[in-house]
Amino acid sequence: MAAHAPKTRVDVGRALKDAGLTALLAFGLFLPLIGFLTVQDFNNNLVLTTRWPLLFSVVAVIAVGRLAYSLVLAPWLAARAQRPVAATPPAWRAFVGRWFTPFAIGFVLVYPPFVILTAGWGGAVKWLDNFGIQVLIYIMLGWGLNIVVGLAGLLDLGYVAFYAVGAYSYALFAKEFGLSFWILLPIAGILASFWGVLLGFPVLRLRGDYLAIVTLAFGEIVRIVLINFVDLTNGYAGISSIPRPTFFGIPFTANDDGFAAVFGLEFTPVYRTIFLYYVILGLALLTAFVTVRLRRLPVGRAWEALREDEIACRSLGINTTNTKLTAFAMGAMFAGFAGSFFAARQGFISPDSFTFMESASIVAIVVLGGMGSQIGVAIAAIAMIGGTEIMRDLDFLKHIFGPTFDPTQYRMLLFGFAMVLIMIWKPRGLISTRDPSVFLKERKTISSDLVGEGRG
Amino acid sequence: MEVFLQQLINGITLGSIYGLIALGYTMVFGIIGMVNFAHGDVFMVSVFIALIALLILTTWLGISSIALTLFVMLVVAMVFTSLVNWVIERVAYRPLRGSFRLAPLISAIGMSIFLSNFVQVTQGPRNKSTSPLVQGEFALFTRNDFQVTLPYKYLIIWVVTAVLLGCFWYLVAKTSLGRAQRACEQDQKMAALVGVDVDRTISATFVIAAALAAIAGTMYLMNYGVVSFADGFVPGVKAFTAAVLGGIGSLPGAVIGGLLIGLIETMWSNYVSIDYKDVAAFSVLAITLIFLPQGLFGRPDVEKV
Repeated sequence: MAAHAPKTRVDVGRALKDAGLTALLAFGLFLPLIGFLTVQDFNNNLVLTTRWPLLFSVVAVIAVGRLAYSLVLAPWLAARAQRPVAATPPAWRAFVGRWFTPFAIGFVLVYPPFVILTAGWGGAVKWLDNFGIQVLIYIMLGWGLNIVVGLAGLLDLGYVAFYAVGAYSYALFAKEFGLSFWILLPIAGILASFWGVLLGFPVLRLRGDYLAIVTLAFGEIVRIVLINFVDLTNGYAGISSIPRPTFFGIPFTANDDGFAAVFGLEFTPVYRTIFLYYVILGLALLTAFVTVRLRRLPVGRAWEALREDEIACRSLGINTTNTKLTAFAMGAMFAGFAGSFFAARQGFISPDSFTFMESASIVAIVVLGGMGSQIGVAIAAIAMIGGTEIMRDLDFLKHIFGPTFDPTQYRMLLFGFAMVLIMIWKPRGLISTRDPSVFLKERKTISSDLVGEGRG
Repeated sequence: MEVFLQQLINGITLGSIYGLIALGYTMVFGIIGMVNFAHGDVFMVSVFIALIALLILTTWLGISSIALTLFVMLVVAMVFTSLVNWVIERVAYRPLRGSFRLAPLISAIGMSIFLSNFVQVTQGPRNKSTSPLVQGEFALFTRNDFQVTLPYKYLIIWVVTAVLLGCFWYLVAKTSLGRAQRACEQDQKMAALVGVDVDRTISATFVIAAALAAIAGTMYLMNYGVVSFADGFVPGVKAFTAAVLGGIGSLPGAVIGGLLIGLIETMWSNYVSIDYKDVAAFSVLAITLIFLPQGLFGRPDVEKV
């Protein structure tokens, strides 16, 4: 783009022609699936109905959008590309970079009291559970997978399998042997990382897309086994009434020995939610802390070296087998922790929670956030998971689109669309600068565009 | 023996469908080196387009000729699915060409999620089932009270697949478009230097891949008569397995891999366990990639520094 001569004038005729073509294309594209609707009639036969108004409004929106793009947005973008880029980033960016992490940690620590003060005890559960805990689970999974994908450069599309191993090990051990959450948490992590090594072994020779597809196959195999191994896992029906975690032995119940009674408080279910929030927050911060420390250890440096160039790694005497397996094991361990937390929080698990969609969402969070960047992953998780959770609450849209409009249907649709858009906008993810863990004289932030391409 | 023969017939039918989808994977991988994750969902979209064409023909126009119905379904599905895949390539993959390696893959996963949810939102989440279009069968022979049959619809699938594969082979092997495709596969920069329009060739590849998926989709609809928005993922992964088994990038390999996967799946369901039939295909995928990464007909991947 920058090589072209600057365009000063907007060609309206061309833009109109362009918009017309786009409209024609959109008409052809959406004619079958939006123009017609297949419905079951009373005799259970399929019949067709038409939706011409909807089809034409969609086409009109797309045409107007295209026109607006070529008349307004494209010249603006071209003008912006002409402007010289400042050699040093502005001062505010350095300030944000310096203070973002302490501020974010402070914010998540005071989030529960803040929510309770603003939304009241009744309204707080939704904000803590749907936004706080749900998003934190995905942040933790994203950080765990970040070790495998972001640091070691091994694209794992079956990560949810380890999450499932953690969840099922907590559920089964807690139900069968009555062990507590805090004992089972490390056990679930160990089991998951054992499976990480087990599944990692056969795929050591693979790289890139092939590795991705085989890990996808492994993830699906684990799910199919969970569905069909009914004696152990109860199949599709799943495992219900899984014991809930206790506050060092004190259950969160309305009984006399419950948390509220022991501390002389009025009973409300919010206490459990607050407790779970801090547990997952602690686990997520542990993941981040361990990752940050590991990056400075030889094994972490070996991971990053492996991501950049496997052949160079091998010729320098790094044991790539061990390096890859430790990455798989570490990543799987954190998924196991998250899984056992998930089982304890839900009280019910079934294979439906561990589909390929989950793996894809976690990979999406890691890649969209910028591989290897912890803050980027957290921001992506908040945007993607929090964003889709907000979709549940957009009731005002019913006033615009009619009472049958259900915004939750569009969650995954927009999720997929957002993945494509962010990739086109920023193929390297939201935060694409890499902070070197080893440096000669001074630490400099490098744009990832300058970093050699890893082929792992 | 009789059961085996019957399963052989079933397996070849299923395998033809997988082979057609696998060709789409292998062509796209061959030319731009990316696993087109959304291809299974493009296949699912084509089944829906064929279904809508079928309903227009039978319930609105009242056409009773099966041959005409099938022909129109095929053409409509091929045209509209090609358009869909052409737009997908333009919108989601072309801007990422030459970019960071994982970017197109993530974009394709996003497209796959988008397509299946788009169909769910626009056509509803329930299974769509139609009455069987083609009924009747050849009774081949009966032994031990087991009748081996060849349903007419299987025969149609075999014939249509074979004829259209022939056309496809002609397109790739004998026309200038096919030559341009093979040139881009080998070296895009060099192909561009000698005057091949690389962008157009890649677009054409996506169009052909979609047309093949649409043939598979129409055959799938005729065979099973049921489709839902989630039906793209599993056939997609199995067809990808077929492409890998045959050697990704190799066109005959994709067809043979598809037939093999179809046979493995039907035999496995019959003789081992129907619950674990998907495990069979996935295990084949893993085993092939680990022990025979270049597949049956693929070129070994030479690693250069």
